[in-house]
Amino acid sequence: MSGHSTYEPKSAVGKWFESRLPIMGLIHSSFVVFPNPRNLNYFWTFGGILAFMLVAQIITGVVLAMHYTAHADMAFNSVELIMRDVNYGWMLRYLHANGASMFFIAVYVHIFRGLYFGSYKAPREVLWILGVIIFLLMMATAFMGYVLPWGQMSFWGATVITNLFSAIPGVGEVIVSYLWGGYSVSNPTLNRFFSLHYLMPFMIAGVVVLHIWALHVAGSNNPSGIEKKTSKDMLPFHPYFTVKDAFALSCFLVVYVWFAFYIPNFLGHADNYIEANPAVTPAHIVPEWYFLPFYAILRAVPDKLLGVLAMFGSIAIMVVVPWLDTSKVRSGNYRPVFQIFFWLFAINAVVLGWLGSKPPEGMYVVASRICTVYYFAYYILVLPLLGLFETPKSLPASIADSVLGRGGSGSAMASGAASSPSTKG
Amino acid sequence: MATTHASASAEPTRRDFLFIATGAAGAVGLAATIWPFISQMAPDAATIATGAPVEFDLSPVAEGQIVKLFWRGKLIFVRHRTAAEIKAAQETDVTSLRDPEADSARVKAGKDQWLVVYGNCTHLGCVPLGNEGAFHGWQCPCHGSVFDTSGRIRQGPAPINLPVPPYAFTSDKAIRIG
Ligand code: HEM
Ligand code: FES
Repeated sequence: MSGHSTYEPKSAVGKWFESRLPIMGLIHSSFVVFPNPRNLNYFWTFGGILAFMLVAQIITGVVLAMHYTAHADMAFNSVELIMRDVNYGWMLRYLHANGASMFFIAVYVHIFRGLYFGSYKAPREVLWILGVIIFLLMMATAFMGYVLPWGQMSFWGATVITNLFSAIPGVGEVIVSYLWGGYSVSNPTLNRFFSLHYLMPFMIAGVVVLHIWALHVAGSNNPSGIEKKTSKDMLPFHPYFTVKDAFALSCFLVVYVWFAFYIPNFLGHADNYIEANPAVTPAHIVPEWYFLPFYAILRAVPDKLLGVLAMFGSIAIMVVVPWLDTSKVRSGNYRPVFQIFFWLFAINAVVLGWLGSKPPEGMYVVASRICTVYYFAYYILVLPLLGLFETPKSLPASIADSVLGRGGSGSAMASGAASSPSTKG
Repeated sequence: MATTHASASAEPTRRDFLFIATGAAGAVGLAATIWPFISQMAPDAATIATGAPVEFDLSPVAEGQIVKLFWRGKLIFVRHRTAAEIKAAQETDVTSLRDPEADSARVKAGKDQWLVVYGNCTHLGCVPLGNEGAFHGWQCPCHGSVFDTSGRIRQGPAPINLPVPPYAFTSDKAIRIG
């Protein structure tokens, strides 16, 4: 992904292999000597955490699939058998179910990091859009995974979400029956969802490769938002960032396994331990927490088609953010007015999530509408206008200056350590 | 693309023709190849076969009762309406409705007490709860749609009335759905 590599295999076998498939050189230039801005903070560790979570989901998922039965009559029981009979089955399932939540926590931090530090701006637009695609695939994967245990929430979540497509004028009903493979959510639906749930994480892995490729063309953005000027601004990936990433990942894992072992059902819904019943909808159906803000937007709009459009639009609009934001300055650190709107946006998103978990009546509906308006206004009004009117703070002269102080040229800290960054890309 | 060598003349060449013909044949072949992969998603023959009509005996259904049954995997409500419920349904001002339909168009003539409707909310498919909501018809637990005693949408996000499935009375006390 990085151009020509400085990697020199030591052994004869290594040389023989490298001249036929230069993969060690690729790894070396991408993850060992790759130069990163020296001022990256802990928000930049979530990319590595996300990569770990994808692998964790694939490993626990493939093992679960060895015990799971994708049939409407047997799925629910097969998950209970995983919980009770399979050695460590309870652990594998709880790691997988909570792993999905942790995956989303990490991706939300990762996305808000990008929004705050302007990481979507040129030349990283394609990198950002690939990220939005990964996010969409993650949502589809998690939604289909949640259907697999075939509990009441699985069934009715699947019903509500697939019915979103019935809002499409004319062809909606046909599309929905094609999604179901029947006239309601039923066995064919479960079967195809299992097939797709197995497939999509590997599609995500493919897009992740493109995402990292695009990342390694432009290099990482950084808290100051300014581009690299000299090699003094950079440090090699190993050991500086491998260690930082490993430490952050360890802290993250503590939280993850704490959930999985001590409060494994905290983020779930008790109704999903009741087998799917097509004749009765649970009194409060809510999606998993990570979908709640979008669910609140859906319900804020009183019209079916417009509600569905608003919900999909709230994700689609992220694709055009690089062109909506007119600010010349990347990082929110140097944009005092932007910071106010940004934090309002972040709080707004959390409030939307809370509203999505509440019944759709009275004040909750009014509040959802206000929050939905702000959600879209942030993208459509705030980002374009603020860039034109706001006076940013003055930027540091270089990345090194931003961490080492103004006159920071003479620091003892590994100033020469960055390996020939001029050859990257 | 196909005119690389013929820049001098605007006349299409034989090569242009071959290019377009090949492209067209390829596109048709591609579409024909993709179609089975889309078509397999549709309800299969076994699923369609369960669409055979079902008989339903109304005699055990007491007045005021709502029973649920399935036809083609879809939930259906059979409601034995009380006199008050029929009256409320008939006296509604049809022009004020989101999906204007007279009660008489939703039941069989002379069988006003029997309302047969699909049991999934026309918003996003949840099962509305019977005898709930401002109109004592149904209320949907998911996003709050309210239906009256004729199954017509009165409040909330659902766009249309609960549809009436195809059915006929085979005797005074039995219907056939489908
Ligand atoms: C992007 C990565 C993935 C995410 C976000 C994800 C998410 C989920 C979720 C939310 C559930 C429901 C858990 C529950 O409440 O029980 C689930 C279940 C399941 N997933 Fe995944 N999954 C991923 C990858 C995979 C992979 C690669 C496989 C491999 C086949 C897999 C196999 C399964 C199986 C068999 C179940 C049903 C058993 C159960 O419910 O625990 N998953 N998944
Ligand atoms: S599904 Fe009934 S109101 Fe949404």
